[in-house]
Amino acid sequence: MISFILRRVVLIIPAFIGVTLLAFALIHLIPGDPILVMAGERGVSPARHAMLMTQLGLDRPLWEQYLTYLGKALQGDLGNSIVTRQPVIEEFKTLFPATIELGVFAMVFAVLIGIPAGMLAAVKRGTSLDHGVMVVSLTGYSMPIFWWGLLLIMLVSGILGWTPVSGRIDSIMWIDTVTGFMLIDSLLSDEPGAFLSAVHHLILPAIVVGTIPLAVIARMTRSAMLEVLREDYVRTARAKGVSPGRVVMVHALRNALIPVITVIGLQTGVLLAGAILTETIFAWPGVGKWLVDSINRRDYPAVQGGILLISTVVILVNLLVDVLYGVINPRIRHRR
Amino acid sequence: MRKIVIGAASAVILAMAASGAQAKTLVYCSEGSPEGFNPAFYTTGTTFDATSKNIFDKLVLFKRGTTEIEPGLAESWEVSPDGKTYTFHLRKGVTFHDSDIFKPTRQFNADDVIWSFERQLKKDHPYHAVSGGTYDYFEGMSMNTLLEKIEKVDDYTVVFHLSRPEAPMLANLAMDFASIFSAEYADKMMKAGTPEVVDQKPIGTGPFMFRGYQKDAQIRYEANPTYWQGKAAIDRLVFVITPDASVRYAKLKAGECHVMPYPNPADLEAMKTDKAVNLMHQEGLNVGYLAYNVEKKPFDDVRVRKALNLAIDKKAIIDAVYQGAGTAATNPIPPTIWSYNKAVKDDAFDPAAAKKLLAEAGVKDLKTTIWAMPVQRPYNPNARRMAEILQANWKAVGVDAEITSYEWGEYLKRAKAGEHETALFGWTGDNGDPDNFLAVLLGCDAIPGNNYARWCDKSFENLIQKAKIATSQEERVKLYEEAQVIFKEQAPWATIAHSVVYEPIRKEVIDYKIDPLGGHIFYGVDLKK
Repeated sequence: MISFILRRVVLIIPAFIGVTLLAFALIHLIPGDPILVMAGERGVSPARHAMLMTQLGLDRPLWEQYLTYLGKALQGDLGNSIVTRQPVIEEFKTLFPATIELGVFAMVFAVLIGIPAGMLAAVKRGTSLDHGVMVVSLTGYSMPIFWWGLLLIMLVSGILGWTPVSGRIDSIMWIDTVTGFMLIDSLLSDEPGAFLSAVHHLILPAIVVGTIPLAVIARMTRSAMLEVLREDYVRTARAKGVSPGRVVMVHALRNALIPVITVIGLQTGVLLAGAILTETIFAWPGVGKWLVDSINRRDYPAVQGGILLISTVVILVNLLVDVLYGVINPRIRHRR
Repeated sequence: MRKIVIGAASAVILAMAASGAQAKTLVYCSEGSPEGFNPAFYTTGTTFDATSKNIFDKLVLFKRGTTEIEPGLAESWEVSPDGKTYTFHLRKGVTFHDSDIFKPTRQFNADDVIWSFERQLKKDHPYHAVSGGTYDYFEGMSMNTLLEKIEKVDDYTVVFHLSRPEAPMLANLAMDFASIFSAEYADKMMKAGTPEVVDQKPIGTGPFMFRGYQKDAQIRYEANPTYWQGKAAIDRLVFVITPDASVRYAKLKAGECHVMPYPNPADLEAMKTDKAVNLMHQEGLNVGYLAYNVEKKPFDDVRVRKALNLAIDKKAIIDAVYQGAGTAATNPIPPTIWSYNKAVKDDAFDPAAAKKLLAEAGVKDLKTTIWAMPVQRPYNPNARRMAEILQANWKAVGVDAEITSYEWGEYLKRAKAGEHETALFGWTGDNGDPDNFLAVLLGCDAIPGNNYARWCDKSFENLIQKAKIATSQEERVKLYEEAQVIFKEQAPWATIAHSVVYEPIRKEVIDYKIDPLGGHIFYGVDLKK
């Protein structure tokens, strides 16, 4: 088991180096002088230009720049944002809880709906219910997120008036940041109704972020379930007179869930990608919105740092999933 | 006794509840997070809205809704006959904001003015480098070479000594970078070992007091109860950061915010018929233009430039590129700026005359390039589309133009080096002074720089230089009007359009005014109950 985990850990080193190379290359792949792009038509004094070049280290040879960058990144120093002058890592830390909160809820939503829907489709295979689930999940999978988000805002918030349009809490309420998780902070505050308001604000963006994972989970559950239902032990259970409900819920589901768990883990990357657009649409103050803002302002250290940190999170989650999968499914562990 | 205590306590609670219920809160759905809270560091409107427009005062202010100067923290001023000395008499009885970490012990005085300017001017000022300080606007307006010395005569008199006469000086001092900070606050924070707090938790003398910022989410302000112009009509002001324009509109409709900037052009039609919304609009303080590089043949010939201008169908451009949200530009300055010369006639759209003029200049089968910016700007929402229309217009008079574009940084670099023949550009005014367009974009000193036409005309230059040192406004108006006549005759640009700024507000908002300088100002605004 330990050697299995160690193998996995060693494997993430090249992945991490690849990500740093990519984040580093970013500033050099963009054509033109990054400082001129930042300054726009108003221009920038030669002194400030030179200062920024030095500050960004752009005046040194490429390999040296990369090594410095890598060395600092390993120590957790991702530089300061050109715009706000705050350390990139600090900004990330203050905004990441909002993204986690959104991501966790999106995933809960996707799992709570996706797994039962997939099971239902498998059990009722070939019926119109099965086709319905498949069509809906395919639609969900192919929906452009920005469009889906705006559509929901227009319908649910605009026309029906069921949920607030955007933000994390009613703008009249002022919640002090303690944990960064609004659901917790709102309970700690003395604003009446803050928790409900926070939940209310979370619903739509969580649905938008959760839509693609939901579609994937539903399809995966369905096919895994179909496979398991054909297995001998299920047939045996049925023959022994176990009730159909119990066969599906206890005997089949447990085994069908193994691949589904992997899929759930792998969806973290998708979730974060979805969060980048969703946060911007819903004015959700997380790392996704921060990344988009930084791109718009051409704040290179922030963009670089943001990409590196988000990729690192995805790599680490995938590692965790790999390990967990190994724990659940011993066959994987011993395969060479 | 107990009864009295209970009675008093419940009275307090009731009073608090009542005041809470009556607190008028105005919510502004802003388009982005401010870069920080010291306006001297930055150059973007988003940051100025969150700071200088509402928290800080300057020595002189722009009269709300105009580009005219009115007294601010300086009650009155005198300019010496040579235009090099400005004496400001400061307002008495002005208090700075208080906060949980700072309670002012004295009123605003000359020390605060000196601190605010010397921080930016003097490299050895203890605060100069705090928070990685760079003062782009201060230097961009050449204040670092212009300001020789700032002298305190007494607590309420400050003298600015300039190295040369500078007519736009007062307009410069009304700009955001010239916001007045509290020297006492700065000293206190320096002693506490946390100087950068001054830039993060701003203390000013303005109508609203900063009360907190949650990154990328919201900014909270409270009305300054002792504001020298009187307390604001609203009690609280909240900026809710909402980057997506369609979402801002949805929030406005739902009553989650009262004012929103920068609407999506596609939403304008719906806004016009929306019963809850009042769609305000005004011509922007900007100009979109095509610069002819007069150093290259045949654009050195005024007849060629004039002919190409005659060939341009501005109406088609405004319809297709600005979707109606623009007006044809005649002069290089927008009509919202004083000294705009209404007598100047725009070039008619007359392809026949254009052909004739080209023939006269001996130009046949002209092949050229039009540079189109790769980015969307307020003064030009779609440069590529604009270039295509120009291309078609010129084709009709026998000029064969090819469209070129570079990545934005590259575009600016190459254009500054003069590699283009004709290039699309534009400008948004900083301070409502004509000098900020005419000298910055067309003056001889601006080559290489923002003078992309590389046009240096003696008589034009003479006029704008004279206007720079003239101290009477009337004299300056005359000189600038003349300069615009020469500009039109010499045609270094094809002036294309001034874009229109739209500002949707909810109907219950009273007395909101569009700021021609592009800011969002909430002092003077009220809410219907």
